[in-house]
Amino acid sequence: MNTVIELPRRIKKLSGPKLNIKHGCVELSHGSGGRAMAQLIDQLFFAAFDNEWLAQKNDQACFPVTTGRMVMTTDAHVISPLFFPGGDIGSLAIHGTINDIAMAGAKPLYLSASFILEEGLPLSDLQKIVASMAMASRLANVSIVTGDTKVVERGKGDGVFITTTGIGVVPHGVSISGDKACPGDHVIVSGHIGDHGVAIMSLRNNLQFFTTIESDTAALHNLVHHMMTAAPNIHCLRDPTRGGIATTLNELALQSHVGFMIDERQIPIRTEVNSACELLGLDAMYVANEGKLLAIVSPEDSATLLTAMRAHPLGQDAAIIGEVIRDPRCFVQLKTKTGGIRMMDWLAGEQLPRIC
Amino acid sequence: MKYIEEFRHEDTAKMLAEAITTAANPERYYRLMEFCGGHTHTIHRYGLPSLLPSNVEMIHGPGCPVCVLPMERIDKAIALANLPNIILCSYGDMLRVPGSNKRSLLQTKARGADVRMVYSVDDALHIAQRNPQKDVVFFAIGFETTTPPTAHAIKQAKALHLTNFSVFCNHVLTPVAMDSLLQTQQQEADAVNLDGFVGPAHVSIVIGSQAYETVSQKYKKPIVISGFEPIDVLHSILMLIEQINQQRSEVEIQYTRAVTREGSLLSQSLMAEVLELRSSFEWRGLGSIPNSALQIKSAFAEFDAEKRFTLPDTKGIEHKQCDCGAILRGLKKPTDCKLFAKVCTPENPLGSCMVSSEGACAAIYAYGRGSITA
Repeated sequence: MNTVIELPRRIKKLSGPKLNIKHGCVELSHGSGGRAMAQLIDQLFFAAFDNEWLAQKNDQACFPVTTGRMVMTTDAHVISPLFFPGGDIGSLAIHGTINDIAMAGAKPLYLSASFILEEGLPLSDLQKIVASMAMASRLANVSIVTGDTKVVERGKGDGVFITTTGIGVVPHGVSISGDKACPGDHVIVSGHIGDHGVAIMSLRNNLQFFTTIESDTAALHNLVHHMMTAAPNIHCLRDPTRGGIATTLNELALQSHVGFMIDERQIPIRTEVNSACELLGLDAMYVANEGKLLAIVSPEDSATLLTAMRAHPLGQDAAIIGEVIRDPRCFVQLKTKTGGIRMMDWLAGEQLPRIC
Repeated sequence: MKYIEEFRHEDTAKMLAEAITTAANPERYYRLMEFCGGHTHTIHRYGLPSLLPSNVEMIHGPGCPVCVLPMERIDKAIALANLPNIILCSYGDMLRVPGSNKRSLLQTKARGADVRMVYSVDDALHIAQRNPQKDVVFFAIGFETTTPPTAHAIKQAKALHLTNFSVFCNHVLTPVAMDSLLQTQQQEADAVNLDGFVGPAHVSIVIGSQAYETVSQKYKKPIVISGFEPIDVLHSILMLIEQINQQRSEVEIQYTRAVTREGSLLSQSLMAEVLELRSSFEWRGLGSIPNSALQIKSAFAEFDAEKRFTLPDTKGIEHKQCDCGAILRGLKKPTDCKLFAKVCTPENPLGSCMVSSEGACAAIYAYGRGSITA
């Protein structure tokens, strides 16, 4: 298994003119397989992602495999607008996939990135996105080891779509899964809900309103590692992205055949997010997050876990928001601020299209 | 959040719930109708039924603009959207309501029509300005809350000399609908006898509380105009019970922070300038009601989509088992409908009450099933 791979030190660049990043835009030739495509890949993608696997310039990445259970996930990102307060489609594409791996308690190792570019996308925008991906993957210590680029005609894409696939490894003895919630378990959220969705909505053409809220997009694997060190027996972890915490809790309820009783007063939510939701007639429980997680843990472990989470920068506002209850109907219910009890059902249709 | 959190506070809610329990005479039953779907939504979203004594029953009324619009009007809007060179704009909920053959505006959009969701009629006006080569039609719906903006947009379009903007007007009137509802209930033997109304919040900001005085006196029913927050609703219920106990039937304002007796004179004059009464309008559930809706005055005829385009004579074929009609009149509860939560769900709505967030069926489905099926 310990194959040693000879790797060239530097990526050899294709000779030819430099890309006009300042004024140029994506053209169909950038996806045609010819010299223009090779230049785009060399000067933009390789320059930013620069690592030993890409340097091999193969159509695939070859890497040694460690023992243990491997985790694999994939996620397509089609967000509009491409740039938003707190992040952009690039950082989101890295964080989203890393988080899906981390929610299994796994250590993320490698990523692939597949780009569908729309003819006419300014190269300067593409460079910003790619630089943001490079930065996010470097900070997370996870390399982008292989990728693909396609160009579609103008009008057939939305600037850029990015699909990332990730591979990670689950340490021995760890078994975190959505079907492990037990009646009596506590539900912990890692911080304020709804920031990402509200930041995106504030930029929508027909909604534009001013807000200081930034997307919470972040890679959560370090927080998860920190949590598992403090409380190794976490039952479930999930990041409440599309559909918000309400949707994630409904998924977990079905998977584990349980119900939830959530206490609205305990859910951390910023005043600005609350106000924006009021204004737009949205329910923050269904608004997307990109840097938050829900943890389900036995009541014996919950205090320890909460303390550990609050000691981490990405979990400092963590709170216990409710508990798992026995319910063959798998209903998620909410004790409201006003003291009544209501259902927190699956979202019907969409609150607003495409926010992550 | 200032002015919102105070109106959702648990301690205040508890205090009011206790006051309601104390005030309610255990010897009798109180049937109160919340006219507005907005109130139905609040009642279920905050779980208020679990705070009320068992002899106080809340019955949802017809105050959901999307719900009361008959299917034939939706069919007409779909026909408009399918005309060449048209951009049809409307509010989000309206796009999801099924017309005949279960086809909604959203599904019409998926099949190629240019249908756009807007947050306000102003957005539709901007779309018209940006697309001079297209005919932009605003599918206007709603009670008196959304009417002044429509009137304003029509005036605006005239001032801007826009030749590609028109309105498919479906605005309806609240007090007339209340009158019709009470009149039918007097005539029908099996009708539920209502003891009072939780009156509309936003509508009343426009028309003022005096707009309900005639109907309240005519049928001897107390009406308390209530804000949309849970504390507002609980407070209004308490005020209604006190009126009923004292055998008063007055129009009172609980929502004093926004509603006056006169209402918004500016909005009223805008409506009067641009719109006039329709001799008759068909309501889902309530049937044809004289003088219950508005149409565009002839001075603004060029902005009237009904005059600008030839609309097909649509009938609107309702699902046979759908109880939306009886539900809108307060005769049935959503859970009485055979289709509720089985065939008819928010994902696959057969009737309008399951679509709109203000619809009674949607409110019970989304928030209330925990207690129903337990």
